[in-house]
Amino acid sequence: MAVATRSVQRTRWIKLQVFRYITFAAAAVFFLVPIGAMLEFSTRGNTGERTLAYWQSIFSYPDLIDFNFGPAPDAAINASLELALITSVVMLVLLVPTMVWVRLKLPHLSRLVEFICLLPLTIPAIVLVVGLFPMYIWLGTNLSDSILTLAFAYVVLVLPYCYRALDAGLGGIDVKTLSEAARSLGASWFAVMWRVIVPNISNAILNATLLSVALVLGEYTIANNLLYNNLQVELVHLGRANAGVSIAVAVASLLFAFLLLVLLAFIGGRPRRARPEAATALAGPLAASQT
Amino acid sequence: MTERSGVEVRLENLVRRYGAVTALDGLSLTLAPGELVALLGPSGCGKTTALRLLAGLEEADEGRIVVAGKDVTGLPANRRNIGMVFQAYSLFPHMVAWENVAFGLQMRRVGTAERKKRALETLELVGLGRLANRYANQLSGGQQQRVALARALAIRPQVLLLDEPLSALDAKVRARLRDEIRRIQLEVGITTLFVTHDQEEALAIADRVGVMQAGKLEQLGSPVMVYSRPATPFVADFVGLTNRIKGIVRGGAIDIRGASIPLVDPTSADGPAVALIRPEAVTLTSDGAMEAGPLVGTVIAVAFLGATSRVTVDLGDTTVLAQVATSAASQNPAGSKVRLTLRPDPVLIQREEAAPTAS
Amino acid sequence: MTIAGSPAVATNVGRPLVGGRRFSLDWLGAVPFLVYVGLFLLLPSAIVGLGAFFNADGSFTLDNYAHLSRSYVVKATIDTISLSVVTAVIGAALGGLLSYAIVTGSPNGLLRRLVVSASGVLAQFGGVTLAFAFIASIGPAGFVYLFAQAHGVDYYAHGIWLFELPGLALVYLYFQIPLMVLVFLPALDGIKPQWREAAESLGGNTWHYWRHVAGPILFPSFLGAVLLLFANAFSAYATANALINQGQPVLSQQIGGALSSEVGAVEPGFAKAIAIEMIVIVTIVTILYSLLQRRTARWL
Repeated sequence: MAVATRSVQRTRWIKLQVFRYITFAAAAVFFLVPIGAMLEFSTRGNTGERTLAYWQSIFSYPDLIDFNFGPAPDAAINASLELALITSVVMLVLLVPTMVWVRLKLPHLSRLVEFICLLPLTIPAIVLVVGLFPMYIWLGTNLSDSILTLAFAYVVLVLPYCYRALDAGLGGIDVKTLSEAARSLGASWFAVMWRVIVPNISNAILNATLLSVALVLGEYTIANNLLYNNLQVELVHLGRANAGVSIAVAVASLLFAFLLLVLLAFIGGRPRRARPEAATALAGPLAASQT
Repeated sequence: MTERSGVEVRLENLVRRYGAVTALDGLSLTLAPGELVALLGPSGCGKTTALRLLAGLEEADEGRIVVAGKDVTGLPANRRNIGMVFQAYSLFPHMVAWENVAFGLQMRRVGTAERKKRALETLELVGLGRLANRYANQLSGGQQQRVALARALAIRPQVLLLDEPLSALDAKVRARLRDEIRRIQLEVGITTLFVTHDQEEALAIADRVGVMQAGKLEQLGSPVMVYSRPATPFVADFVGLTNRIKGIVRGGAIDIRGASIPLVDPTSADGPAVALIRPEAVTLTSDGAMEAGPLVGTVIAVAFLGATSRVTVDLGDTTVLAQVATSAASQNPAGSKVRLTLRPDPVLIQREEAAPTAS
Repeated sequence: MTIAGSPAVATNVGRPLVGGRRFSLDWLGAVPFLVYVGLFLLLPSAIVGLGAFFNADGSFTLDNYAHLSRSYVVKATIDTISLSVVTAVIGAALGGLLSYAIVTGSPNGLLRRLVVSASGVLAQFGGVTLAFAFIASIGPAGFVYLFAQAHGVDYYAHGIWLFELPGLALVYLYFQIPLMVLVFLPALDGIKPQWREAAESLGGNTWHYWRHVAGPILFPSFLGAVLLLFANAFSAYATANALINQGQPVLSQQIGGALSSEVGAVEPGFAKAIAIEMIVIVTIVTILYSLLQRRTARWL
């Protein structure tokens, strides 16, 4: 008789495993075939042989990449990397002190700050562009028409995701007690922030930074409509002239972003609390993605 | 619903393995009709596995389960007619209390009106009639467990299983709900298996207590027997507080610091051993001239427990707990010298030193 | 902010006055942030909201809204909504299955982490790349098509649908399914194993469990996810623009066109009107979403 029960639960378990592996196999095909196809396409020679010619010729496109990492980058990859850096720094400088300060001194503003930070999720990027368009015309004529000015808009774009990541980090520590303890030991507010709060939310900061890097590198809508050539815009231009190179760069940037987020998942999985931050930071109540 | 009377439940030589680990190693246990048996043991001792096998939530590798004379070993959980209360969070969150209670009746195709009537009756039984329209998140932990109990009882099960139902509650609620469970169980007369790691809970509620360790039943008996006549050193250690005092076995008795105490097993070989002595078996005396001696020490702490107090005495190389009347304890505040007297009841001994210390 | 209008006064209320100086300057800490979002989030929003009521000369007009009735805008609206509905529903269904497959495995397993990370990338990272990925695989020069063609299957026999709405829907699924995984996993994680065991011990079978317990508990999250996916597809721009360069089948492309047209007139006011139309639709979805949240908040 014991055998009978065994078979009931055993059958259920087998059914579940069959379902799981069919699902994973189907998902793997749907998601990996296109990426594999990009690798295949970017290494396909004219007569069907394998060649790295497209990959090698990436560096012969000065519009795509060069060695000018200055304040006025000409090449799209350089510009996107610099934008990622500037956006992350500005985002952190703007967001971390404000969020800590609001927790400490202005708790009645916390709902307002949260609302503002999550607002970009409900405003499609293309709509934001419409409002930014006249502003960037003004910026271009009066201040600077450098592509790096895009960072102003990108900080807004990454705001919701970074807010979530940082909020999760700050929620995990007792900001008030920690800073009161530090203050009572004679620390300045700067020291409180830099020596006490930041080290305790280092994972959240890393989270937020990696997210904003990934988002900026993948950004197309704003740059394209404000007529700037960042990585993604250049990829589309290039795709019309030389699909092989453009697909090679696209798959490289996709894998780079994947690497960043895998890194995030494994770093985020290590500390005290489990790692839902990564997932929730990415998934909004209303996530207007840049796709 | 009081017309119900309990049925006999027999677990016969149950074995359950998880890979290389044997969670249940030949457990046999018979519950008399209407009896409440508590399975007590540390986590991982197999008590929850035994309960889940009886519920049908897991399958036995060997052995039989017989309920009311009928072999149910092969029946899936949903055809066993066994009510179960889980540790916590088992209420369906999208249903109010009475809907939760009515769920099992719905599965049994009881009509809507009858369903609600019986659900409300059962909620009355557990004293929650007025909260029938609350969701789980609007109830306290204790109230949630009452609803869970009502839900398990509403289907008029043959057997009731309680899987550490009180462990997630705070101490006061726990004691009150524990007595409530016992009252309802007696009122309904249902055969009940109660699993817990809390010895106080088991001793307070059960007709019989089964102490488990490593998948085996160490001792099964009334609470009084398990407490005052532990069958094994493990039981002595796990149930109640126990002093572990070194001595020498000599001719069926153990010599402890000059006092000779008979052994439960007089055939034990001579040699060094550790005696397991209940704090209640230790009394304190103090007189004018407290000469130094092997059983004279200094009181270092007095814990007030109500009518009795627990006194910790430092004998230099070891400390001993004594549970004495509070009036006696108050004569010996911390710092005073006392002489210990060990009641000459037969004691259990243990040979190896590596055994765990008193809990 | 509390009763008083000025935050300085508001902070003052709860504090004892020690010495003369009691004008708290705490609120200054929030100023940089507020100025920044004021400039780069609220100002552009205001420009859109107000700008739609003005023409190129700066005088008030409702013409921009009247232009919304142009047949190609109406068609784009209908197409975008259909596209969003279809990809939201299919994406939610398939993503839900994938989430369930993940959640029934080890909670900290390698597989789960990889799938979640990959979902993060695919749900958020550039639509351009996704468009390329499909062009490279099932496009007319992609190896899947070449392989199928060599074996006598020509799925473009009736036109290259990859560069039309059906193709767009397929590519959208490539980010909709991962987004569903991200938003639905937490809901599935909230399902307690005790519920299934309780349902079983009360006499319910697998069907009863899904019908009466897991189904009703998950349904609000599922519906919420569908709305989220809808908004996500509705706002998307990059994929469509990278995939389709003939015509502007989705609304977001219409905005881009009106903003800086390669052919035809630039109509900033009209772009703002379409933007308002999009905002209105997304807002309706957001309101539905929050109504749903409130409904389930009773027991969540």
